[in-house]
Amino acid sequence: MITYIIRRLLMLVPVLVGLSLIVFFMIRAIPGNPAQVILGQLATKEAIDSLTKELGLNEPWYTQYFHYIGNLLTGDLGESLRTKNPISEELWPYLTATLELSLVAIIIAIVVGVNAGIISAWFQNSWFDYSAMLLALIGVSMPIFWLGLMEQWLFAIQWDILPTAGREDIRNPIDSITGLYIIDTLVQGKWDQFAVVIKHLALPSVALATIPMAIIARITRSSMLEVMRSDFIRTARAKGLRMFWVVYRHSLKNAVIPILTVIGLQFGVLLGGAILTETIFSWPGIGRYIYEAIGYRDYPVIQSGILIIALLFVCINLIVDLLYTVIDPRIKYNK
Amino acid sequence: MKRKKWSFGLFILSLAIMMTLAGCSSSEKADGNGEKGSTLVFARGGDSVSLDPAIVTDGESFKVTQNIFDTLILFGKQNTELEPGLATEWSTSEDGLTYTLKLREGVKFHDGTDFNSEAVKVNFERWKSGNEEKFYYYNSQFGDVIEQINTPDEYTVEFKLKRPLAPFFKNLAMSPFAIASPKALKEQGDKFGDHPVGTGAFKFDEWKRNDRITVTKNEDYWNEGRPKLNEVIFTVIPENSARLNALKTGEADLIDGVNFSEVESIENDPNLKTFFRPSLNVAYVGLTTTRGPLKDKKVRQALNYAVDKEALLKTFYAGEGQVAANPMPPVVEGYNKDLNPYPYDPKKAKEILKEAGYEDGFEIELWAMPVPRPYMPDGQKIAEAVQSNFADIGVKANIKTYEWATYLEKARLGEADSFLLGWTGDNGDADNFLYVLLDEDAIGSNNYTYYKNPEVHKLLLEAQSTIDKEKRNELYNKAQEIIKDDAPWIPLVHSKPALAGNKTIEGFAPHPTGSDRLDTVEIKQ
Amino acid sequence: MAELMKNNLLPPEPPIVEETSSVFREGWRSFKKNKLALAGGTIVLFFILLAIFAPVIAPEGVNEQKLQERLQPPSSEHWFGTDDFGRDVFSRVLHGAKTSLWVGFFSVMGSIIIGSFLGIVAGYYGRIADAIISRIFDILLAFPSILLAIGIVAVLGPSLQNALIAIAVINIPNFGRLIRSRVLSVKEEEYILAAKAIGMSDHRILFHHVLPNSITPIIVQGTLAVATAIIEAAALGFLGLGTQPPNAEWGRMLADSKQYLMQAPWTMIFPGVAIMLVVLGFNLLGDGLRDALDPRMKN
Repeated sequence: MITYIIRRLLMLVPVLVGLSLIVFFMIRAIPGNPAQVILGQLATKEAIDSLTKELGLNEPWYTQYFHYIGNLLTGDLGESLRTKNPISEELWPYLTATLELSLVAIIIAIVVGVNAGIISAWFQNSWFDYSAMLLALIGVSMPIFWLGLMEQWLFAIQWDILPTAGREDIRNPIDSITGLYIIDTLVQGKWDQFAVVIKHLALPSVALATIPMAIIARITRSSMLEVMRSDFIRTARAKGLRMFWVVYRHSLKNAVIPILTVIGLQFGVLLGGAILTETIFSWPGIGRYIYEAIGYRDYPVIQSGILIIALLFVCINLIVDLLYTVIDPRIKYNK
Repeated sequence: MKRKKWSFGLFILSLAIMMTLAGCSSSEKADGNGEKGSTLVFARGGDSVSLDPAIVTDGESFKVTQNIFDTLILFGKQNTELEPGLATEWSTSEDGLTYTLKLREGVKFHDGTDFNSEAVKVNFERWKSGNEEKFYYYNSQFGDVIEQINTPDEYTVEFKLKRPLAPFFKNLAMSPFAIASPKALKEQGDKFGDHPVGTGAFKFDEWKRNDRITVTKNEDYWNEGRPKLNEVIFTVIPENSARLNALKTGEADLIDGVNFSEVESIENDPNLKTFFRPSLNVAYVGLTTTRGPLKDKKVRQALNYAVDKEALLKTFYAGEGQVAANPMPPVVEGYNKDLNPYPYDPKKAKEILKEAGYEDGFEIELWAMPVPRPYMPDGQKIAEAVQSNFADIGVKANIKTYEWATYLEKARLGEADSFLLGWTGDNGDADNFLYVLLDEDAIGSNNYTYYKNPEVHKLLLEAQSTIDKEKRNELYNKAQEIIKDDAPWIPLVHSKPALAGNKTIEGFAPHPTGSDRLDTVEIKQ
Repeated sequence: MAELMKNNLLPPEPPIVEETSSVFREGWRSFKKNKLALAGGTIVLFFILLAIFAPVIAPEGVNEQKLQERLQPPSSEHWFGTDDFGRDVFSRVLHGAKTSLWVGFFSVMGSIIIGSFLGIVAGYYGRIADAIISRIFDILLAFPSILLAIGIVAVLGPSLQNALIAIAVINIPNFGRLIRSRVLSVKEEEYILAAKAIGMSDHRILFHHVLPNSITPIIVQGTLAVATAIIEAAALGFLGLGTQPPNAEWGRMLADSKQYLMQAPWTMIFPGVAIMLVVLGFNLLGDGLRDALDPRMKN
């Protein structure tokens, strides 16, 4: 078991190295010079040249790359070309913002998805089942950015009950401890701020939750149906309602593994892919941080940002794989 | 049983959350640090890069530093006339080589140290001896022209120059040349931009990156009775529509970057009002004089006749501003009032094209920027309209977009046939427009059309060192005549960028340069 | 982002290897019985026809600007209203169908071809080739896919073709892994070993035995992948990285509509509904195909 973990971690290395190389070269292949961006319309050829030199961008690529990797190994993610701040400091609030959004979205997806799937399966072929499954299909077919816009239009503009931008009330800023505002406001006992945080989370997290929710609903439903069809259940069903909880439990057990898989995949997607949602809702998250950095050609930010997301994604998948063994002891990782 | 309780528990939790949501209504109006009436929330589209005015180049940084620092000379409320700031009087020597200023007495920096001539000298020396790539504005406005700075007494400063610089005092009023506390500069070093200390109406409080910057009232401000606000929070909302919505819900009090298409609906809203920046900008189509058919002056003139500028103004600028005749707006001294814009005359355009030998038209690229600029809120849409105009006279324009970073660089390298661009003036001086954008010295810098005319060059250089106002204006008038005839640009409009705010805001007067001082603003109940 | 749309529940397990033609015959029969799948197929067909006949149905200048008629709500003259240039939204939605289907189809074709090739090499020849190719897949998958797509388009320049290339690239690992696992399972089958024993060339083995057994999952995955690709293309268009003005593209239309949500919500609603319907169609079709063609994946 331990060897499995170690082997997986070792396999991480070439993947991350390969990834960092690809990012390194790709962003330098993008036309446009960071010095030019910083100087904007103020740029003269001399100014650009000297700024390029100061930023260390005219050194040969291998120097720059090894410099970067060297720093990484000491935990230094580099400095933003634009703001000159250490990226490890800058990145943290963005990362926690996206984490909070993703976590809430996943929780919503699980709670709603599982329950919807169960009810659909139990009342198979009822109107609930058909509408739920249809909604699930539609949910999976909807582009997130459109869903976000629709939500904004309905809830924020037409009915004016939910905010469209940011995480908090500007006039009543939240003192950040962990960066996860739900926890921060609860820990400080500030209930009014807590309500504001929830309100701001509502629209974007529902938008992000839609697809995982739909997938989870379908998985839960089919796994419950499978359980329901099995022999011992059929005979036991004659015994009445209390069977519901037995079936419920078995279905969940059955569904846990595919649901975990979905969560693992979706989480990584949510982290980096939230950029569309973050754009629409002005959520100060890491997707946007990296996307804006691309616009500014802020190479260190792009490199470190993508690396962090990839690292998180790969780690989550490793955790999911390990959880498999915990949940289902039949799954063992041997050679 | 564990699993049942687990998911059921989640279910209960979500119910609880929903009830909290329903229960607590809008606590959105509660104020953190002061009574509601005296905190202004100003939402803009991007965060500042640094709060050290000397090293930045972006408007978002200046927006904030303008309120934390003062310059020696201030611009007028909504123009580029000069008024006393940290200096009360100023004069030039006969030969134009010595510039003297008398400083205001009794002013203190936010850290308690005194403002005096030594402080001014420290600041200028810092810029003078710093790296070129750090103090961009100093380099571009002054270069190496300042030879020596003398401080004959505590409240007098003398600048000795190598050659006369007509816009010298106008330059001093620019945001990058604000005076910082020498003590703080020394103590903070590179970190000064994160903890700025100036003499301004507001003191720096805190900065949460890409979220908000908070500044609070400077009780000891040298201008009695100001500022009126207790606190200003500069916050970032990148999406235009989200920013406007924040204004409507009261989350923000004042916003900039308002789409002209929204102006009407804002003015119809009883709780809001619009503000317009007096125009100190120009939006234009650059016609690169080294490329293809555009090498021919006649072709460029024809294209000028082809564009319906009035329609552009009405459709994309809500009619706010005016059609442009010259590369610089009327408020700039030296503006040639006698020149009119090329009229919209597609027939004439076709005739001229025929004369030039392009009866069947031709094909070129038209570049449009993907980001909103103060002079051009939606380059892509304007490009489509111009494309349509060109098509009417047989010129096929293929719209190309590059990211802003790439866009500027490629244009600067002369790779664009025609391109949309613009310019906002920094100090209201004609040199800041004509020399920077159209002189041959600026090829490779800001003269993206690679326009060259030796006569214009002579006129502009002479005007730079002419102190006499009338003579200067004459020179600039002549230059504009030649430029109009050569038509390296199609000047489109001088726009008035729109801002919007709560009806209760009084005393806000947006400044043409884009950096607004908020010391006169108050929120009436 | 490919994962976003992965609504098959588990990585496909190698099915019972059957003779191809009977699978299809059986498949068609059960497909016909599946109402949802038929609905999906109908929707897809509908949009394909719309795309082909768009210029006929909506001939009036799609890109013609009538600035006086800006932002008009739906009416009998303009079924979906007009946009901020006065252009007819209905026509633009139709023409957008052409763009989206084109990108969806060809990007997936690209992914399939390259992915299958890589998958076969990795699966069949094993060892070093497999190690390298599988790591490449891992890297591509670890990369947040939309950022990768943005990066590729940023390097190549924003245009429809480059968006297509980007989408093809990010979907390669899906097909690559699929084919690879198929090849791995088929490789050890008795009849393959037998063929090898009698000296059949690798070439023939691959083409005549391995590939045909991979066709069904490719068809299913491919259909579902088109759904994803259309959304990804719209996402890139939304960010301004797809086709350039004045061409009509759904994602771009959505981006343009953002500023007018209050005054002209129809400019946002209709392009979005169009995307959703097409994607729904492909998803239903893909689901139906999977149910029909793969006896192991039962509901």
